[in-house]
Amino acid sequence: MRIGILSVQGAFIEHEKMISALNNEFEETIECVQIRQKKDLENIDGIILPGGESTVQGKLIKDLDMYDELRDKIENGVPTLATCAGLILLAQNIENDDTTHLSTLPVTVQRNAYGRQLGSFVTTGNAGEINDYPLVFIRAPYITQAEPEVNILTTVDKKIVGVQYKNQIGLAFHPEMTDDLRIHKYFIEQIHFKKRTA
Amino acid sequence: MSQSQYELNKGLAQMLKGGVIMDVTTPEQAEIAEKAGACAVMALERIPADIRAAGGISRMSDPKMIKGIQEAVSIPVMAKCRIGHFVEAQILEAIEIDYIDESEVLSPADDIYHIDKTQFKVPFVCGARDLGEALRRINEGAAMIRTKGEPGTGDVVQAVRHMRKMNSEIRKITSMSKDELFEEAKQLQVPYDLIKFVHENGKLPVVNFAAGGVATPADAALMMQLGAEGVFVGSGIFKSGDPEKRAAAIVQAVTNYTDAKLIAQLSEDLGEAMVGINPGEIKIIMEERGK
Repeated sequence: MRIGILSVQGAFIEHEKMISALNNEFEETIECVQIRQKKDLENIDGIILPGGESTVQGKLIKDLDMYDELRDKIENGVPTLATCAGLILLAQNIENDDTTHLSTLPVTVQRNAYGRQLGSFVTTGNAGEINDYPLVFIRAPYITQAEPEVNILTTVDKKIVGVQYKNQIGLAFHPEMTDDLRIHKYFIEQIHFKKRTA
Repeated sequence: MSQSQYELNKGLAQMLKGGVIMDVTTPEQAEIAEKAGACAVMALERIPADIRAAGGISRMSDPKMIKGIQEAVSIPVMAKCRIGHFVEAQILEAIEIDYIDESEVLSPADDIYHIDKTQFKVPFVCGARDLGEALRRINEGAAMIRTKGEPGTGDVVQAVRHMRKMNSEIRKITSMSKDELFEEAKQLQVPYDLIKFVHENGKLPVVNFAAGGVATPADAALMMQLGAEGVFVGSGIFKSGDPEKRAAAIVQAVTNYTDAKLIAQLSEDLGEAMVGINPGEIKIIMEERGK
């Protein structure tokens, strides 16, 4: 199994470490590929869009000519895990902003929804079936509106901060900044399921 | 500062990795930097090359000017305070800056003590020339480190020296036997726990960027290949002929720092680079400020 991690900017190595830590829990060997150019998108079974700065990542996926291919893969059902900036890349609408990036997830996000760095925080909550998960928010967005077909996984103070829509998991928080592997494990299981049923 | 706040502050630096932080002096420059792909901007009244040219005492920037830049962009905004000037730092925290750079680029306010950064909620980045300096700053509460380099010169030689030195010292500690670590902690004047972390992990406990004298996409890629996790570009962009194009080229060079073919393309037609000054030609050596 090959998981491509968008590695143009941000906390991509943290995701790679989480995936590597899970390697011995699965029979099939899991290989991580750093996506820096279009050619890196070949033969990947899963996509991770990490935290970082969405303006930078969004610009680079276009400048480095991988926008169409990356978007096609997500549209065509390749399981995708997106955290923080990654969620902004996926969102179909961004509040107070005409720009959108990959625009494959039918939600509206508010960038820097908790303010500047002094508003960053940690709390605990449920992510779908996963209970008591550490939720790390760093200059994080939240979702202001989700279409009815979007499955809501996590809310904090009544704000939506985690969703799943078909093959796409979008989280406003950073599972890659914790020691808790359960969300990444769930993601790998989704890839397995997709491969088995394909 | 609570432990979880420190983790969040280190975490913000992790989000900046693989990115370029650009010095800007106006909201217009900040917008250009953001559009070109900067992952954060450093708001300051004068870029280091101009501070150098003007001479005299340089201080924290006007909060109004910093606020103007905060309003202009959505990416994190950093600002500098003088070494040891904890009131300037309190002011920057009060206006909710995202990161404070306790910086040798400004005139030091204290020739012995750095700011006790553990007393702040807002994160700090500090410059370092070697591992000892880096760990001393981390012990004081810095959540991110950058090489000092020699700011405002367009000369990358000191940044290279500092990055190489830090990494070679890290390699040395990694290969030490456990009982040698106590003496190494004494030599570097840092707590044993930090030395132990370096010994076990082969890296600093916080993110480490390159800074000082980076002027071209090749300079930026050089620093990345030498082990930097991202790059600060100060005078190099807005002192050059075509800031927008140069900024965007440096951003892409940092992402694909091992792809020489791409960096070759990026280096074409960038117009004039900033005029460089050699270390022998400058009067103020900023890297020696704060130890």
